[in-house]
Amino acid sequence: MIQRTLRLAGLATALAALTISTQATAQLKIGFMATMSGPAATLGQDQYDGFMLGIEHSGGKLGGQQITVIKEDDQLKVDVGVQAIQKLIEKDKVDLITGVTFSNVMMAVAKPLADANMIFIGSNAGPGPLAGPQCNQNFFFTSWQNDAQSEVMGKFAADKGYKRVYVMAPNYQAGKDFVSGFKRFYPTPLVGEVYTQLNQPDYSAEIAQMMAAKPDALYVFYPGGMGVAFVRQMRQAGALGKVPLLSTSTTDGSTLPALKETALGVLSGTFWGPDFDNPVSQKFVADFRAKYKRIPSQYAAQAYDAALLLDSALKKTGGKVADKAALRAALRQADFKSLRGDFKINTNGFPIQSMHVFEVAKDSTGEVSLKTIATPLKAHADAYVSQCSLK
Amino acid sequence: MSLFIAQLLNGLQFGILLFLLAAGLTLVFGIMSFINLAHGVLYMLGAYFAAATFALTQSFLLGVVVATAGVFLVAAAADRLGLSVLHKRDHLDQVLATFGIVIFCNELVRWIWGNAPVFMDTPAALSDSLDIFGFIYPAYRLVILGAGLIIAVGLYWLIERTRIGMLIRAGASNRVMVSALGVNIGWLNVFIFALGGGLAGLAGALIGPITSVQPGMGDGILILTLVVIVIGGIGSIRGAFLGALIVGLVDTLGRIYLPTLLRSVADPSVANAVGPALASIGVYLLMAVVLAFKPDGLFPVRRRQG
Repeated sequence: MIQRTLRLAGLATALAALTISTQATAQLKIGFMATMSGPAATLGQDQYDGFMLGIEHSGGKLGGQQITVIKEDDQLKVDVGVQAIQKLIEKDKVDLITGVTFSNVMMAVAKPLADANMIFIGSNAGPGPLAGPQCNQNFFFTSWQNDAQSEVMGKFAADKGYKRVYVMAPNYQAGKDFVSGFKRFYPTPLVGEVYTQLNQPDYSAEIAQMMAAKPDALYVFYPGGMGVAFVRQMRQAGALGKVPLLSTSTTDGSTLPALKETALGVLSGTFWGPDFDNPVSQKFVADFRAKYKRIPSQYAAQAYDAALLLDSALKKTGGKVADKAALRAALRQADFKSLRGDFKINTNGFPIQSMHVFEVAKDSTGEVSLKTIATPLKAHADAYVSQCSLK
Repeated sequence: MSLFIAQLLNGLQFGILLFLLAAGLTLVFGIMSFINLAHGVLYMLGAYFAAATFALTQSFLLGVVVATAGVFLVAAAADRLGLSVLHKRDHLDQVLATFGIVIFCNELVRWIWGNAPVFMDTPAALSDSLDIFGFIYPAYRLVILGAGLIIAVGLYWLIERTRIGMLIRAGASNRVMVSALGVNIGWLNVFIFALGGGLAGLAGALIGPITSVQPGMGDGILILTLVVIVIGGIGSIRGAFLGALIVGLVDTLGRIYLPTLLRSVADPSVANAVGPALASIGVYLLMAVVLAFKPDGLFPVRRRQG
């Protein structure tokens, strides 16, 4: 009897302590959702670390407001992502939401976000429909529209005058999207377009077939483990030195630590690299390396800019989020120095930015990193903005 | 023509890679009647042990030895510590239990080594490529080919020509009689399970450098391995060997030539859409056809009742 009373009392105290502690003096609640578990968790973790560093660099506050970041994991599952967003909106009553790693989750949570009139800062996935017909005045992206990273490689191939280009990608929606993005800016007909199985372990047959076609250059989209396997096998087949390898998402912060010198010489396209020499980027890279003991990937840079964007917008509205129209206008202005250099937000919420080509090379400290070698697309807007009805 | 020969070699080599995994799985399934879905996890552990050893000692050979011995011990320990309970149970129970082990071990590996792929490389001496039939062929792949053949021969010798092999075959035929003749069938089963595990670990250590060492790496290849032993005949090493070669060849040649074939008869956009999909189901179609005509597989083991 006494034991039961004691146990109940202990439970009550614990519950009271919990409720007291969550009523912290935070004035702004931001929901952060990304893929934090599973094979792609390194991307979500980079986004989180970059975002938190951005808050730290803004003085530990955004727009002068104390921030509580509530972290959610969508586990790369669409249903879990939708539930997490609904929890953030209804239970945690957050003021803003940011993050989201994968496009399938992004498309699924777009509806609950839109229904709740919730302002959202995307720091990775940028699917085409959200840039076009399903654009929303509340959505802003500090990453890119998905096609941009392959469009830049297509433009690079066209600029280089390659006549015979061979393309390989995994056989799923993203693979097909990236290939069509490449073809949009590389008009010459391809000498080969091969779709391999998702998570296929062995590419030796396809590599042999590609070498037999004697292309001027090879473009691939192989994210994550597929990229590690493919680049290793290309190197072992002696193909890496012979055929220039253009890629997207194949040699980035998540795969380079596993590849190291194997990937030297591989080219990739995105909006930012760790060797950028503007002060914002240099400070970001130095502090990220010191704090997290790894070279930041583009995913961390994207989320870092999301924090900076929020800071600049909240400064303009005096830290208030109740007036959504004012906050939206402030976000659209993007009045801050981005670590990528030029950065504007288009009418559909997506960036207008330059896209660059990088080569895997050793940096000044001898670590394998990315080196900027070209900027084929300057002040580049996405291909879907004309389909968006927002002005 | 030389491209075709190179692709044949690729197919054979992929087949040997599958055999390294299938050998252990078919032994355990055939002789102990134990469906071990966790075989893929043992393969993954082998790759991780090898990568960790390589990171510490820079010696690839030591990595392979540590991986094989390490996973051999892990499998033996797992069997003694509880997996043996499953031997007497229904196949469905075994599937459920070992599937749970797969999930648990994937998370354990993620917890210890992190999510991102781990660095591993082929040894410098074997990283070159050789010129075969006018085609550049990685030297390391030939090592895998050689290793697979040696293991195939070694297993054949073990099962057919040694006393332990005789006991294994007898145990497969009639457990009770073997026990009655004074052989400790319990320890024999531990040995078989550990041997299967050791083979999986060896496969992981050899294949790790050419693919991505990451959590969950065993799951995809396990499915293909199951197809191999079903086509080859469960419990038969010969079946595993020939089944693996057949699957390797069909999968490789199908992936390369089916889309090409389609492109010559159909619209390019249709060929691009249907080709890869058809190629990826080619092996499963083959399995269905084989099972329709030979339900026990192509080279089944003769089982004595009673």
